Amino acid sequence: MSSRPTNVVIAGLGGQGVLKASDILADVAFNSGLDVKKSELHGMSQRGGSVSSDVRFGEYVFSPMVPEGEADFLVVIAEDQVPVNAAALRQGGTLIDPSQIDQAALSNKKSINVALLGVLSCHLPFSVEAWTAALKRNLPEKLHDANLLSFSIGRAKEPVTEREG
Amino acid sequence: MESLQQHHAPALLSGDEAVALAALDAGVALGTGYPGTPSTEILETFEILGGRAQWSPNEKVALEVGIGVAFAGARALVTMKHVGLNVAADPLFTVAYTRLDGALIVVSADDPGMASSQNEQDNRRYALAAGVPMIEPSDSQEAYEFTLRAIEISERWQVPVLLRMTTRVCHSKTIVRRGTIAIPAPNPAHFEHDYPSRVRIPAYAKPAHRKLRNTLAEIAAWNDAEGPNQLVAGSKQLGIITSGISFQHVREAAPKASVLKLGVTYPLPIERMRAFAASVERCVVIEEGDPYLVEAARTAGIAVEGKQEIFRFGELNSKRVRRILDGDLSPEAKPVPGRPPALCPGCPHRSVYTVLRDLNCIVAGDIGCYSLGVLPPFEAMDTLVCMGAAIGVGLGFRHVLPPEDAKRVVSVIGDSTFVHSGITGLVEMVYNPPASGHVLLILDNGTTAMTGMQEHPGTGRTLAHAKTGKVVFEDLARALGVRNVHVIDPTQNLDKFQELIQSCLDKQELSVVIARRDCLLATRSIREYERCNEQPTD
Repeated sequence: MSSRPTNVVIAGLGGQGVLKASDILADVAFNSGLDVKKSELHGMSQRGGSVSSDVRFGEYVFSPMVPEGEADFLVVIAEDQVPVNAAALRQGGTLIDPSQIDQAALSNKKSINVALLGVLSCHLPFSVEAWTAALKRNLPEKLHDANLLSFSIGRAKEPVTEREG
Repeated sequence: MESLQQHHAPALLSGDEAVALAALDAGVALGTGYPGTPSTEILETFEILGGRAQWSPNEKVALEVGIGVAFAGARALVTMKHVGLNVAADPLFTVAYTRLDGALIVVSADDPGMASSQNEQDNRRYALAAGVPMIEPSDSQEAYEFTLRAIEISERWQVPVLLRMTTRVCHSKTIVRRGTIAIPAPNPAHFEHDYPSRVRIPAYAKPAHRKLRNTLAEIAAWNDAEGPNQLVAGSKQLGIITSGISFQHVREAAPKASVLKLGVTYPLPIERMRAFAASVERCVVIEEGDPYLVEAARTAGIAVEGKQEIFRFGELNSKRVRRILDGDLSPEAKPVPGRPPALCPGCPHRSVYTVLRDLNCIVAGDIGCYSLGVLPPFEAMDTLVCMGAAIGVGLGFRHVLPPEDAKRVVSVIGDSTFVHSGITGLVEMVYNPPASGHVLLILDNGTTAMTGMQEHPGTGRTLAHAKTGKVVFEDLARALGVRNVHVIDPTQNLDKFQELIQSCLDKQELSVVIARRDCLLATRSIREYERCNEQPTD
């Protein structure tokens, strides 16, 4: 992994699990031995407004905030929040949004955030085992099965292409 | 989180959680505070970890309790958001003149960029104004270590210490390694008379002020010699003096620059700053908010560049730091506006604002979820200044507006905000009643909803949700002499609620209406707490 961190922005609306998804991602990276920083703004997040969270990981990370236009991945849970967050993505960066998921296949509709993490996982150098462990650490037991299913649905969407370096 | 208590493995923690962990490791005897983004999670985490923590009615009381703890020789942690320190400023300025036996750490969580606040005041000014030493972490590891350092400083010099954090330090998660700093075990609490050190009558306060200035000079010398400041060796062409979160942005924006990162930012290590500035060709101060460091450097005769005025507003980030260094004043891209927050579907406040809008009221509002009543579709809140201001501002309107407008004025305040600083406003209402009377509407949703469902004295449950004494608003209003006191659920019958408000407005007397309905998001938890509290404990 190069000294430039991997930058992920996760966005959506309050109540959609933006912060939970970023917690899970940060946990996977952290438990894989990388330096990690994660940042977001709380406060109004439960009132249905726009929410976004930055996760950065790599050999070392300084600022916890992803600079505008430097996100390698933009994961958006609410379709209408794509334009709001589009400026975060770097040229050639990857947008991951709900249109990539057959939501009817999810056993729990609220786990769309985790399904999108499944899509994201295809691009990142972390094992399914590492993701599974992080999901279990960050979710109550009664939600494990539904979320593991959602994750696998998302992960099956794309060929796994671990990034170089 | 519980697992943190058992081992010392690194953990990914927010700055708030790291402060709580340090407080636990330092044996802090009591944590007090009032909820406020971005500080709230410190006490909540401290309590979960096994520490003793409690919400006070407001920040002033929280600090006063902390002062008592520190006078008694134990360690106290007092937490608040930046505007909370305005409320606690009175005790802060004078406790600086006293001698502590234990430690007193005051956390000020500032909110540059106003993610969840009514202003972006820079509380570094408080350290200077009150003569209170200040320490500023730049990530969670430092939030942990600097909390311990703050306790050391507080006990060594017997002074309070301001632990100044910002939103991105409080709420960012970064890796924390525990046990990196060892501090002595706390002393047991004890009492001894010491009138000259703790009774601030002028005769004792005059020498105390001189003593404080001597102490600050000692701390400045220590800070110059061995304070927790960090030198990053780099290019001689560019040197940057910085502190707090700005340090992280600087390291990313200018990886080759020499950097002097300040940990204790009051009193400043001026001689270190002077030597650093002299060692580089160009020295730039990078700081978020006010020009605090740059002014101090220039006052000391150190030639430094500061940032341009446009960077005073909002948070910094690595791109903005790059712009400051490049002198780039071209317009910054405006973020695409997202969806604003709104009152939840089914929120009891919706009924209230529907009625206030339909009755064409002039609404002096306050701080909480119900502040969202200012936005469409209600647009039914006309003022918001600070915690508790609804009542005073509403009374001011009533005193001077023409009668046909005065009689439309209503003060609207939430339950937690009412306890925080609305009670004195109610006393004012009774003491100086406007000719047209007044209507105070307390929106009692049974929790401090805005900051994430914290308890307060009106819920009758402690920070940990256990049963305790309860302030009953209707009893309080009646005891203060208000004759028209009504309790109503605004969601049950909108017409009835509207009739009640209309009749109070028509009466031209003092009325207090308590619109009581639990916050939808809290209902289930409240029921569970109440169920647990009803079970016999023996």
